[in-house]
Amino acid sequence: MSWFTRKDKGIQTPTEAKREAPDGLWYQCPNCKKVTHTREHRALAWTCPHCNHHERIGSADYFSLLFDENQFSELDANLTSGDPLHFVDTKKYPERIRATEKKTGLKDAVRTGFGRMNDLDVVIACMDFAFIGGSMGSVVGEKIARAIDYALAHKIPFVMISRSGGARMMEAGFSLMQMAKTSAKLALLAEAKVPYISLLTDPTTGGVTASYAMLGDFNIAEPGALIGFAGPRVIRETIGKDLPKGFQSAEFVLEHGFLDFIVDRKDLKMKLSGLLEMLR
Amino acid sequence: MRTLLDFEKPIAELENKLEDMKRLAAENNVDVGVAVQTLEDSIGQLRRETFQNLTRWQRVQLSRHPDRPYTLDYIERMCDQFIELHGDRTVADDEAIVGGLGELAGQTVLFIGQQKGRNTKQRQQRNFGMPNPEGYRKALRLMKLAEKFGKPIVTLIDTPGAFPGLEAEERGQGEAIARNLRDMFLLKVPVICIIIGEGASGGALGIAIGDRVLMLENTWYSVISPESCSTILWRSRDYKEQAAEALKLTANDMLGNGLVDGIVPEPLGGAHLDFEAIAQTVKETILSTLGELNQFSPEERINQRIEKFSRMGVVQE
Repeated sequence: MSWFTRKDKGIQTPTEAKREAPDGLWYQCPNCKKVTHTREHRALAWTCPHCNHHERIGSADYFSLLFDENQFSELDANLTSGDPLHFVDTKKYPERIRATEKKTGLKDAVRTGFGRMNDLDVVIACMDFAFIGGSMGSVVGEKIARAIDYALAHKIPFVMISRSGGARMMEAGFSLMQMAKTSAKLALLAEAKVPYISLLTDPTTGGVTASYAMLGDFNIAEPGALIGFAGPRVIRETIGKDLPKGFQSAEFVLEHGFLDFIVDRKDLKMKLSGLLEMLR
Repeated sequence: MRTLLDFEKPIAELENKLEDMKRLAAENNVDVGVAVQTLEDSIGQLRRETFQNLTRWQRVQLSRHPDRPYTLDYIERMCDQFIELHGDRTVADDEAIVGGLGELAGQTVLFIGQQKGRNTKQRQQRNFGMPNPEGYRKALRLMKLAEKFGKPIVTLIDTPGAFPGLEAEERGQGEAIARNLRDMFLLKVPVICIIIGEGASGGALGIAIGDRVLMLENTWYSVISPESCSTILWRSRDYKEQAAEALKLTANDMLGNGLVDGIVPEPLGGAHLDFEAIAQTVKETILSTLGELNQFSPEERINQRIEKFSRMGVVQE
């Protein structure tokens, strides 16, 4: 039973004497468990240098990656959620919103803005998964709709970065109709021949996949991102079988013909601007 | 053999009593006129009381009533002729969505609708009214066909959701629905969408972008079913009644919130009690609505359609 006994004698650091690295200095990859210095991780666009795991980042990080010198004008920054249905589950919806605002410092699950990306004008909308699972309610739908209106009015290409579990149940019917609203605006954008690039990141599922995320002139994704309409658990329950490995990964979706390409986040800005440059 | 929901049972019991009374009276040649009248009155009263005060969950139950008329039941009764058209021209024909050209009071209309099955075999064949991507692509193909020949479109919605299956994901369920949403906005012909049973989420919306979206009185339309909502938010299926209340998913709720354009009344007790009557009401509704929509040019209809859906949502500036 040698694996129960310590081979090296004399390792007796008491718990209180164990030294933790200061918070925020090191990043441990949830995939390969290896440790990277935060500064290096940031320089690699929040991807792991060992296994290339793409950490789930939010709108602030994407904006800093894509907009030149992180300069952009935010659109509709103060739009917040109403409570049209007076929805109560285990918590009142407005309380849930306020608690999430406080926790995340965000107003809702999407931020939109315009600026320059490698000297090209661009409108970017980016979802924040930290805000109630990136769920799509009226604010998300309305901000995306207005961002598209802006792109349409100024003939500026539109980039949508999706990261969402789908619809926001607490807005029920209103949430559902955001799928319709955003698709309507994208129909107009398409008619006006303004380019639309949709980037799908981990995870993109439900009503977001079934509306704007899949409607790009170019649908692209980050490596390993979970992309699907129904969530894996629901599908497993429906078919009563385990799902094949890699099912609903970006690579799987590419193989089945629903993505144009997969892009490493470190190359994202270059790829996006390169693509838009070719359409000019 | 009729299937009875819990709240239909007390009424059915009185009805059986009435039948027994009439039969006994006839057999024994007794006059029970007064008793029959009293009983008939109380049946009428009970039915009115029950059906004027339905809870949201009871309406959900009615929308799923196994005897409820389905898409083809309506088409058969409304149309003088119907030619069903099959296939998405790419992969398969999805029998959970039916479509075809119908002759409705002398004019040609393209009908699309989810179709449920009446017995086990049919339910399997129709996949319980849960379409695969091919169903949505067939629907769009037929709608573009209608547009090409200038024929109006009527969609009948009745689905517990788009099918959450392995192959459905492989063949792009999300993409198929998304494309329908976008492309239905640009259809040049009038589009009328009617929820005739269940209107579950993206699976319903995928054929429900129209100039007029109407709901039958005892139907529901929302982003999720009460059961799934209960599972996710309360972590148990037992809160489906509360979930139904919270989701505000009935025709009245949806009209009140400006998310649909109108309600089609059903016979007292539900559409399943009188197929002919409800089919007639739906037919008249379609004809009058088409009359309204024909007053506009295609561009006006498209603009109004986009405007209408663009207004939906409640935000604070």
